[in-house]
Amino acid sequence: MEHLETLLSQVAMSEEEYGRLVDMLDREPTEVELGMTGALWSEHCGYKHSKPLFHHFPTTGPHVLTEAGAENAGAIDIGDGWVVVFKIESHNHPSALEPYEGAATGVGGILRDIFAMGMRPVALLNSLRFGPLTEAHNRTLLRGVVSGIGGYGNCVGVPTVGGEIQMHTSYSGNPLVNAMCVGVGLKTNLLSAVAEGEGNPIVLVGADTGRDGIHGATFASVELDEDSASRRPAVQVGHPFLEKLLMEACVGLAEDHSDWIVGLQDLGAAGLTSSAVEAADRGNSGIDIDVTLVPRRAENMTAYEVMLSESQERMLVIPHRKYLKEVIEYFKSWEINATEIGIVTSNGQVTIRENDTVVASMPVNIMTNPPMYTNDTAIDPVVELLALENLSLEPDIDPLITTDILFDLLQSENLSSRRWVYQQYDHQVLNNTVLKPGGDAAVIRIKGLKQGLAVSTDCNGRAVYLNPQVGAALAVAEAARNVIATGARPVAVTDCLNFGNPEKNEVAYQLEKSIIGLSDASRAFETPVISGNASLYNETPGGQIMPTPTIGMLGVISDAASRLTISPKIGNRIFLIGGSVEQSASTLAASEFQWTRTGRIAGSLSIDLKLARETGDLILLMHDEGLLSAAHDVGDGGIAVALIEMSFASGYGFRANALDLGERLDAALFGEGPSRFLVATDKPDLLISLTDGYSIPVTELGEVEATQNFSFGPIDVDLGEAYTRWNLGLDRIIGQDFTDDGNGDF
Amino acid sequence: MRAAVIVFPGTWSDSDTVWALERCGFKADKIWHRTSDLTGYDLVVLPGGFSYGDYLRCGAIARFSPVMGAVRMHAENGGLLIGICNGFQILCEAGILPGVLMRNSSLQFRCKDTYLISETFDSAFTSGLDRNRTYQIPMSHGEGRYVASSADLEMLEQNDQIAFRYASQSGEVSPEANPNGSIANIAGIFNSQKNVLGMMPHPERACEMLLGSEDGNRIWESVLSQA
Repeated sequence: MEHLETLLSQVAMSEEEYGRLVDMLDREPTEVELGMTGALWSEHCGYKHSKPLFHHFPTTGPHVLTEAGAENAGAIDIGDGWVVVFKIESHNHPSALEPYEGAATGVGGILRDIFAMGMRPVALLNSLRFGPLTEAHNRTLLRGVVSGIGGYGNCVGVPTVGGEIQMHTSYSGNPLVNAMCVGVGLKTNLLSAVAEGEGNPIVLVGADTGRDGIHGATFASVELDEDSASRRPAVQVGHPFLEKLLMEACVGLAEDHSDWIVGLQDLGAAGLTSSAVEAADRGNSGIDIDVTLVPRRAENMTAYEVMLSESQERMLVIPHRKYLKEVIEYFKSWEINATEIGIVTSNGQVTIRENDTVVASMPVNIMTNPPMYTNDTAIDPVVELLALENLSLEPDIDPLITTDILFDLLQSENLSSRRWVYQQYDHQVLNNTVLKPGGDAAVIRIKGLKQGLAVSTDCNGRAVYLNPQVGAALAVAEAARNVIATGARPVAVTDCLNFGNPEKNEVAYQLEKSIIGLSDASRAFETPVISGNASLYNETPGGQIMPTPTIGMLGVISDAASRLTISPKIGNRIFLIGGSVEQSASTLAASEFQWTRTGRIAGSLSIDLKLARETGDLILLMHDEGLLSAAHDVGDGGIAVALIEMSFASGYGFRANALDLGERLDAALFGEGPSRFLVATDKPDLLISLTDGYSIPVTELGEVEATQNFSFGPIDVDLGEAYTRWNLGLDRIIGQDFTDDGNGDF
Repeated sequence: MRAAVIVFPGTWSDSDTVWALERCGFKADKIWHRTSDLTGYDLVVLPGGFSYGDYLRCGAIARFSPVMGAVRMHAENGGLLIGICNGFQILCEAGILPGVLMRNSSLQFRCKDTYLISETFDSAFTSGLDRNRTYQIPMSHGEGRYVASSADLEMLEQNDQIAFRYASQSGEVSPEANPNGSIANIAGIFNSQKNVLGMMPHPERACEMLLGSEDGNRIWESVLSQA
């Protein structure tokens, strides 16, 4: 191969890795073998820089049905014969170039991961990061991503029930688009993505194969640069209508004809290559595929292109040989093409043919065993200093400006209402959404079951930047609090590890420490990490992104009808549980207050995981005892923001008791000390007596009143004015691109 | 009563509609779009979704579906027919109802609660509704801005064919309460015989207090009371 260098750069394989491949094969690979191996050895498919750290994760538990990473998504047994599967996945680089299609196909990909397991997708969530919306380009990306997520999710008829968005300069040019999907079904319908049984057919189902998305997995595994725009052909185009048919057909296949099939697998990154090879690997089998049998939508495609195409909306079905005809007829009844393209073998070889010519023939286990790297780690000395800063040396705020600060936070791009976003997503289809977007976590019921599911995504990248281990633990704790605030018990985690280039020591440090912190917190909450995805190389010429290990948390509520909102009732007393009102200045580290006021990230972060867990358990006990009218997590913006959000939800005012705010007014109002909840109750005495015997701080803050006045400490504001700032914050930031949107429709 | 819920490729409110109808006491069947016989059904529903993906104008392909001949026949014979969201779009595309549904004035998809008022009570669908209250029913569409020629609009107004208008929670029909820019705040219309109703909001989603509202059931109960 004369153009070896070009080929290696196309598949992002180093010369050392090529040498390793040659050694393993004991010969030079063919072009197709090199392309397939390169794709499977890419970070995106092979996790070569992240997998060596996965041993930290707690992955097992009494209800976990899948081995971590063994299937397309993790599965949890929720009892009564029902299973929940869920996973989060990134589509960052495609969305940087082509926001609509990048985000849309991200949704499509995560949906297929779920229905490949035979489960029905019932909820979508997302976690998005952009550069500051003061820059027009970032607004364009946001608009494109949001309409892409809506365009795909709305069309397939799966509700987008939750998510989060945060803006930071480091995401300029490298937005993060993480999509999460939750599926449910009967345990008996759970399918595996396995290819086994010599002679069983390999059937490709769905879209024809084109040249779109070739080298997509590779593209996801390199840094973005000035030439990245020329990679636009590596971005795929979504066809949600076909996905909808595929979803119905695959769920129906699992429900009604699971005896026909051995395995079901989706085609995602690296297309047919990863799909078929990974399925064979699971079954300790081989595969023998003839690319000329693959239906095409482009002419003169080479074997290389067919094997590496990332055309969307395709699935691989491995039926029992005797049911091949039934399976093909079944998909035809859904108006979907299904074609036998090869067979399962028992020789452990990947054999790819083009008519009579063998273009690839090598062992499966070479392709599926990429080299693993343990990178040297080193803390960034600048960050090390920032994390040592003593924030108590900074002057406190003047009580006279606390209202202005609150307004600035409420209308900021990070804290204002996300209504502009979630109104563009159908969050109600399937008639299961019992807690809509806008609260802490979304809650969906499962028809036929009393239980419901609470789901949330979270991560404060600034905190992870400042202290990767504590920051990642904070993300887990925050996601858990969101779920707990609805009355649900956290049960499992999925994670999406968005980081910069792991070959840089400071990124390797962030990655390792984050995984350790994430694991520590997951152990504390007994929420095993059952699925996930790593997206590394999130860098632009401007630098690395904030390290962002996004947490997707699943909780189970024993009775969906008992879910808690954040909206209290008139006369309710509001209590702070899990921490005191008085906070040290260090709780402002990496906070919204700090970021909005100073544009800096500094200070020393900490979390007491034992207290976090015990407080969560106490909140759930209060809910079980019927003491709570509402609950809300104290998160970004601190108590002041959390309290007024409860007033926004209810429309009622709040009058605070005379409280000791301690020595730091800024920290008491806006500090983000972890493990804290606000709860509303009409049984304050019972609530207080329940907390006797716990060493968990409990403070009564005040009362919900039928007024339009909100007061807390020195803050005293008209609720309507505050609401307008918060409610229209994002519209005003994004709306500056339009002179008139036609009417006053909010 | 028996209801046929038509399923086009890309329909997604079929299960929700069956769920809501059966809770109210209908016997409801999902009917695949290749069917050409709807005899025996008292009510035919064209539910929401993105029929054929709606990459072209919404409903523009579905109207050519095999089942549409039977749907038209059912309506011409006086059978009850309701098109919800995409179903409304299909009825307009098929010429069974006048007017057309255009892109929302916000140019964005909108999913949120709306409050509807009804002014027409001599139809099977609205006979049980109350003139003095609003109905909380969610919408979820990108192309729901109802537009009709001035002649059609005059006909709709004069013949009392306007089934629902978007209003504020307290019942005021105002520009602020109009979620998509529909002419005259129109959310739903009847044909001249009032056996065919098309509406953009989703009554089948307002079927349980657990989901936020059960106001949609009032429509199904009105239909049942005709039996």
